[in-house]
Amino acid sequence: MMNEITIRIGGESGEGTISGGDIVALAAARWGYHVYTFRTFPAEILGGPCMFQVRIGDQPIKSMGDYADVLICLNKEAYDRNISDLRHGGVLVYDPADFTPDAGDFIAYAAPFNELARKEVQLFQTKNMVMLGVISGLFGPPLEAIIQVVESKLSKSRKSNPILMEKNMLALQIAKKYVTEKLSKRDPFELGPVEKANRVVLNGNQAVVAGALAAKCGYFAGYPITPASDIMEGLAKELPQVGGTFLQAEDEIAALASVLGASFGGVRAMTATSGPGFSLMTELIGYASMAEIPAVIVDAQRAGPSTGMPTKMEQSDLSFALNASHGDTPRMIVAPADVADCYSLIITAFNMAERYQMPVIFLTDQSLTARVESVEMSAFQPMEIEERLQFSANGAGANGNSSNGYAEAAHTYSRFAYTASGISPISTPGSGAMAYTATGLEHDEQGHPDYEPEDHTAMMEKRFRKLDTAAEELPKPQRYGDEDATIGIIGWGSTEGTIQEAVDRARAKGYKVAALHPKILSPLPDRTIRDFIRSVKTVIVPECNYSGQLANLLGAKYGLQAIRVNKFGGIPFTAGEILRAIEEVS
Amino acid sequence: MLQTPVNFTPKDYKSEVKPTWCPGCGDFGVLNATYRGLAGLKMSPDQTVVVSGIGCSSRFPHFMKTFGFHSVHGRALPVAQGLKMARPDLTVVAVGGDGDFFSIGVGHFVHAALRNIDITVVVMDNETYGLTKGQTSPTSPHGHVSKSTPYGLLASTFNPIATALTLNVSFVARGYSAKPKELAALIEQGMTHHGFSFIHALSPCPTFYNTFDAWDASVTPIPTDHDSHDRIRALTLAMDAEKQYMGIFYQEDRPTMDQSAHQLSQQAKEFDIEKYMARYS
Repeated sequence: MMNEITIRIGGESGEGTISGGDIVALAAARWGYHVYTFRTFPAEILGGPCMFQVRIGDQPIKSMGDYADVLICLNKEAYDRNISDLRHGGVLVYDPADFTPDAGDFIAYAAPFNELARKEVQLFQTKNMVMLGVISGLFGPPLEAIIQVVESKLSKSRKSNPILMEKNMLALQIAKKYVTEKLSKRDPFELGPVEKANRVVLNGNQAVVAGALAAKCGYFAGYPITPASDIMEGLAKELPQVGGTFLQAEDEIAALASVLGASFGGVRAMTATSGPGFSLMTELIGYASMAEIPAVIVDAQRAGPSTGMPTKMEQSDLSFALNASHGDTPRMIVAPADVADCYSLIITAFNMAERYQMPVIFLTDQSLTARVESVEMSAFQPMEIEERLQFSANGAGANGNSSNGYAEAAHTYSRFAYTASGISPISTPGSGAMAYTATGLEHDEQGHPDYEPEDHTAMMEKRFRKLDTAAEELPKPQRYGDEDATIGIIGWGSTEGTIQEAVDRARAKGYKVAALHPKILSPLPDRTIRDFIRSVKTVIVPECNYSGQLANLLGAKYGLQAIRVNKFGGIPFTAGEILRAIEEVS
Repeated sequence: MLQTPVNFTPKDYKSEVKPTWCPGCGDFGVLNATYRGLAGLKMSPDQTVVVSGIGCSSRFPHFMKTFGFHSVHGRALPVAQGLKMARPDLTVVAVGGDGDFFSIGVGHFVHAALRNIDITVVVMDNETYGLTKGQTSPTSPHGHVSKSTPYGLLASTFNPIATALTLNVSFVARGYSAKPKELAALIEQGMTHHGFSFIHALSPCPTFYNTFDAWDASVTPIPTDHDSHDRIRALTLAMDAEKQYMGIFYQEDRPTMDQSAHQLSQQAKEFDIEKYMARYS
């Protein structure tokens, strides 16, 4: 028995390929296995090739896997597209009615998905259930685990369509019976019993929603866009449950504008979008930076430029996020690496926005939005909530003065007071609050329009000083791997696990390798990165983009001449690809 | 907590920042009418937010002692709506010009009308772009010769009141900066109205497109027998080619989105991450 199997299902969008895969993943995870999924699908609702891959193991899983151990093909095209990713000695399961595979270094099982669904179950829609029964019978997880997930997933439709539910169950049993009676197992891939664990199974977008709620987000506005819409849909449902409000805006400009309005009102606020929507938000990002209004903006990156490939992964918005908006505009950037990060770092992002009174851009990507991982429940803990520094006329703020009357205090209140940290106490509309006007114009400490050269200089320095303060205060990334490494890898975003797996495999082969993965990309932890660069001979910067956006940044900031490893087909790295890069530079 | 005066005079809303407007600008009349309207309703400055975009008239919040949000060009409405959705306890007023509301930000106007969020909108219309020194605007008349239309405006003209009526804006009125008392009364009524209220404030630009004389002649009080619940009749008045009627065209009480949204969260509970995550176990 294997302690790890990677199963890939290839099929047509709309025929249950993805939902079937999700059921396998969830069943395995509930049974006690770690899971990590990867999927590709077209932007269209129906039609077009799609693929679902789940890596299942009894140890924590860091990447999607280099190859599929098991390939399930629901049609000929799926076979043509995916057979090259089946490992040597792997298993192919196909329907002989669809095609006959060429001879190859794999074990093939013929399973008549179509015929079983049509003739035995007498409902063609159950084809994906037949497939699940076959997977369960051949490799695991046990049918009971699958049934449990199917029942919970279809609990709503059970009432409206009891016959479908019945047929689904029948399909699972018929498929299992077919495997037992007709197929003799000739491969080593089978999931054995495993210990139960207290884990949750969810994707990046779902973790962002949970994190936003835990961060006490009280307002969300967004506009539908792939692959960020799930965040909007999740918060549309959940915010009223916790006393927050939600708005589907008419466009992304309105979404961010209304978020800034809510935040001005003292409410923790967020929007979520992808590249095209993020492009529309840029003027307001500059405004939020200038007027020092906290806001969290999730950019679920997808392959660009322009409309690009909405359902494909790319890490190509970093340069843009660093510079989006005209003028010199301080902003903060947080890039989560996995599902657990989507939870904890979105809370950090809210805290950063509130503490430093600045827009915080949260850079996820398509692969992470849809990546289902099993995560220890302990990763989802309540976290400390940082409130913005409130100006209080009673003396809590920097220059509060309780003895004066309202008018007098209002006169002396300096919303944009010059402070050592750059952070000025803010007042929030409400009874007794000191009024001020937020503006995108350059302004004096009181917020009044002011174009004097020395004031613009001082105000610019004050705004940027907040980044210095933040760089000191924020947590630093930890080195992963050898202390005496000669090869260093610096990555960002959703590739961390893949890089770490490559580091593990390289070290097992005797290479001296270490990785650094900063999750806060603005402000960068200068000293930590400089020390890391100095500690190794060669630095590899793997990125899923064409131009090497982090490599460019590290070159500009630290003079680093990195070995650039770029992949930009819309699909994430495998650990094997990073490992090859390590071997090549050695 | 500091004591705020119970009674307000227009002066209580006036900031120490001097208006940047040209002498004779219609916006002075609108500003004074706003001071008066707020005082009339005893609106507390610390619980009132005036939101604007960009343009001559959008400097408005700086001249107020209330909270102000001088945003970017065209976006006063989404800012104001987000604020009101998140903080329904506040009084939110959005102000700006015809360029802001009927050109770059016109898309937001449509959706603000549909949502009926309880904010008051005062659009100072001078039929020109003043801050950028005299280009044509959506409300400029057909044939209008300006720096950007040296051969005359080839497009037709945006009708703010008629548009608001067809979008079913729940309070539609027009005032004139040269009649600040009437305008103040309309602003008061707009702020009292529960829902999205739109006040079209004619506010001439003596520097780039002086319409004072023309409007003195065309501005006419709305007929006393006009039923402000009759939207079709209101539309007829709005489309009058000669007269610019002043007064309330239309008003209707219907649920506001901020109120409805907050009703959804009446059963709200403190977020509990452990309970929440059970759905993923």
